[in-house]
Amino acid sequence: MPAFRPGDRMAAPRSKQLINKPRPKFLDLTAIRLPLAGFVSILHRISGSVLFLALPALIAMFALSLESPEGFERARQLMRQPMIAIPLFGLAWAYLHHFCAGIRFLLLDLHIGLDKQGAHQSAIAVMAVSLGLTTLLAAKLLGVF
Amino acid sequence: MRTTTGAHYGLSDWIVQRITAVAMAIYTLVMVVALLCGVATSYERWHAFFSSGPVQFATFLFAMCLCYHAWIGIRDIWMDYVKPVWVRLTLHSLTVLALLGYAGWCLEILWRL
Repeated sequence: MPAFRPGDRMAAPRSKQLINKPRPKFLDLTAIRLPLAGFVSILHRISGSVLFLALPALIAMFALSLESPEGFERARQLMRQPMIAIPLFGLAWAYLHHFCAGIRFLLLDLHIGLDKQGAHQSAIAVMAVSLGLTTLLAAKLLGVF
Repeated sequence: MRTTTGAHYGLSDWIVQRITAVAMAIYTLVMVVALLCGVATSYERWHAFFSSGPVQFATFLFAMCLCYHAWIGIRDIWMDYVKPVWVRLTLHSLTVLALLGYAGWCLEILWRL
């Protein structure tokens, strides 16, 4: 008796045939265009993992700022150094994106904005608000206003 | 057979992830208001702000929520991308240990104030 192969209609009862039927797969990541909502979603995951990795540095900075008046001054100086300020802006964006996208997901949980158009618009809002606030924060810390 | 690693408690984690998120979001908004009111303009103000009972309490809660929230989030990432059980178990363990350490560190910072 020949071995059972997936898709072999004679070898298995109907229910098995359905299970073993090769599913259509299309996972060419270069050809799939991710909708903006999907982009917001993957950025939520990326920003979360970046924040997790940065936790020790952030806690150390917080500890330093509360240690002594000298520590507070030192933390303030550190935040003005480009080598630290630029990653900090990145982290500020990560926090803001995670925050805004998180609120969007909470609203989706409450069945608010589930339709295609609403979901697309809220994804645009997440990107605009998080990037806008990051720019504002960076401008403030760089002393633009 | 039961798998060694994973979330066997789906719904409760799902809800914890949202509760901790809402708590941290509220804390964040309060902090933004405090910063706009100038708590970070001098060491004296900064220290006095975090030394006050309610802020200390809320900051402690924020740190605990953050660690729990990060645990669920990072664990989900490992579960999605890392398949071999031993690698996954190692990464899960390192994540838990790191987050427990961070929680202790935050407690120590607040304790000394």
